[in-house]
Formats: sequence, structure tokens, C-alpha cells
Amino acid sequence: MTTASRLPEPYPQQGGSNLADILERVLDKGIVIAGDIRINLLDIELLTIKLRLVVASVERAKEMGIDWWEDDPALSTGARRTEIARENEELRRRVEQLERRELELAEGGEATGDGGGESRARGARGARGERHDGRGERERDR
Amino acid sequence: MTDELRYVYAVCRPPAAPLHADLTGVAGAPPRQLVHEGLVAVVSPVPERDFAHEPLRAHLEDLDWLAETARAHQSVVSALTTVTCPLPLRLATVFRDDSGVRAMLEDESDRLRRILDRIDGHVEWGVKVWLGDSGDGDGGAEPPAARPRSTPESGRDYLRRRRAGNAAREESAARAEVFTRRLYGDLARYAADARLHPAQTGPLTEAGSGRNILNSAFLVPRARSEEFLELIGRAEGTQPGLRVEVTGPWAAYSFTDGPEATDGPEATSGPEAGETP
Repeated sequence: MTTASRLPEPYPQQGGSNLADILERVLDKGIVIAGDIRINLLDIELLTIKLRLVVASVERAKEMGIDWWEDDPALSTGARRTEIARENEELRRRVEQLERRELELAEGGEATGDGGGESRARGARGARGERHDGRGERERDR
Repeated sequence: MTDELRYVYAVCRPPAAPLHADLTGVAGAPPRQLVHEGLVAVVSPVPERDFAHEPLRAHLEDLDWLAETARAHQSVVSALTTVTCPLPLRLATVFRDDSGVRAMLEDESDRLRRILDRIDGHVEWGVKVWLGDSGDGDGGAEPPAARPRSTPESGRDYLRRRRAGNAAREESAARAEVFTRRLYGDLARYAADARLHPAQTGPLTEAGSGRNILNSAFLVPRARSEEFLELIGRAEGTQPGLRVEVTGPWAAYSFTDGPEATDGPEATSGPEAGETP
């Protein structure tokens, strides 16, 4: 038998392997044998599909101290409910804000009110543009 | 003892050399070899509180647990790969006890032996190609100096610039495709077998490493791995803006579907494979 010591090792060994590559193989490849503990394959497949979307970034995300999957609705059913509740609340808050602004505009005269409103809106947009991902935005809003 | 289940990592042929003494498996216990009629299952005990049906399901949704378990699974399989050519099982293949594992070895004997024969003496290499590492493929195609800031450009200039940018992008995408096809074809001819996997995507990956345009795996005889890597080395760097990433040697994870399942569109591109058994 040819031994592994003959193999060239110009690339990092498994210990340093990318998590995406490992998950891709252990979750998606490898022979499927029905064990005594049967996990519904559909569940795993769903998980795998979800992971496809995020897996490659998990390691980087961790390096950056981001743990968005923990409250990602697609990855955690528990988070889904809080996510919807949070979104609802935020939407309510925005609607209130808009209503209040409209009221102010109606009361404060059109010319000055318009200008102020626009610059405020632009300021908000600018700040949002600087953020890199949805997470930052959520964090800020929280 | 009753609260312990058996986690199976891989199946191989005896006699597998003894595994490294301080190797630990998914639940921290060292893996051992369970021999049954000419086949070896590499197993370790795992606690029922984590690996029974319900907790296991819950754990699989926990990315931290999953990552840790996946790494432990792979480290055992990887250790095995240095001493034999194991057939890796999918993550979280769990049995009640040793006799369950033995029954599996017996029931699946034909299939296991067939695949073991096929991957014997081989390892798997992963080859990926990334496009536009440094923004080359994304926004980089349009020269930033083309528009002096002080003079606002006309609509026509803007459209022209965009067209040029699009053309450049299309051209580099076309070149990347030609390169990738050729690379895959060359490697597949050299390898005993080849598989195309879906490209790896992820919001943060794209920002850093470019776009994954090839994600493939090759089953290569151990003895020819060096030449295989040289082949990649020669192709690497011939195409600016493209990065070739090689991972491995892996156990033959991508080639456990058995010889009869190789009727995929691309699997036929390596018919001249040299040392297929």
C-alpha cells in the first residue's frame, strides 16, 4: 500500500480546513446508511440547503464577531416568531413616525417643512449606506 | 452503558493500522475499530442525551454544535485516511450498540465492499476556482480613472462607459469559463473519477474571495497525487483574475454513491481515466 507519507503537502491539512468545505462533505457527501437513530432526511436536506446559502460565510462571520444565524429566521424556528414580532413593532413605529411628520408638515407650512423633511430623509439614507449588512441595521434599530 | 450510543465515522478494510492514541471523536471519546467479517467500522461512544433522536435533531439546527461535530467527524476520517482508504459515512450515523453496527456491516456488506474496492488506493482532492478576487470581476472592470470627478459626464458617456464595463465583464466571464472547462476536463482525464458540486455561495464570501465558479472533486490514485497537483500548479496563474484553490487530500467523500450512479452529465468527461480498477 502506498502510504500517506508519500503525499505532497503543499496545502493546509484538514485541521485548518475551511468549515464550508468540511460541512459540504460531511453533511452532503459521504455514504448514507440508515442508523438506529433516524433523523428525517428531509430535515437534514433542508438544513443543508439553508447552509448552502450561509455556510461559506460562517467562518468569516465568526472572525468578525457576527452571529447573525442565531436570530436568522431561516435557521431557527424560535427566532422566526421574535423576528416577525420585531418587524411588526418596527413597522408600527415607522408608520407612527410618518404620520407625525405628515402632521408636522401640514401644520408647519409647506415650504420649510418640505426642505427639513427631505434633508432628514437623506441623512437617514446616507447612514444606512455606510453599513455593510442587514445585521448592522438590525442591531442599530434594536 | 445503556445511555451510550455508537457513532460510526467510516468503514474500511482490516487490518487498519491503529489510530493515533490521542485522537478524539465527536463526543470526546477515542474512536475504536469494530471488526465484522472482513469489514471494520470505526466507532466511538456518544451520550444518548445528545445523540438520541430528539436532541440530535435540535443540535443539527445549532450551527456551533454542528461545526464542532463536523470537525470532529472529519478529524477521525482524516486520521484514518493517512493509514487506509476509508469509506466515510455521513455525519451523525448513530446506532444503539455494537450489535447494531455489526448488523449494519452485514446488511450493507455488498454495497460497502463494492465502493471500498472502487476507492481503494485513492484520495479525493477538491478543486475550486474563484473569479475576481480583488474586485476584478465585479466593479473593477471599469477603470476608475475614466471619469474625472470635476466634470460631470454626459448621459452618452455614462452609457458608453457602462457598455465598455459590461463588455469587459462579459469577456472576462467568458475567458473564465473557458479556463474552468479546460481545467476540469484536464483534471478529470487525469483522475479516476470526477464530480461537479454546486458552487459555494454566501453573502460574506463574495465580498472576500470572489465568486466561486467551479467547485469540483477528483478521485485520484495516491501515487499520482503529486502529478495531479503539478497539473493544477501549471494551470494556476495562467489566467489573471482567477484563483485556483485546492483542498485535500480528503477521504473519498464525494465518491460514495457507487459506480452505478455515475451517469451525471459531467461524470462522463473522464472516460480515459488511467488506473480505474
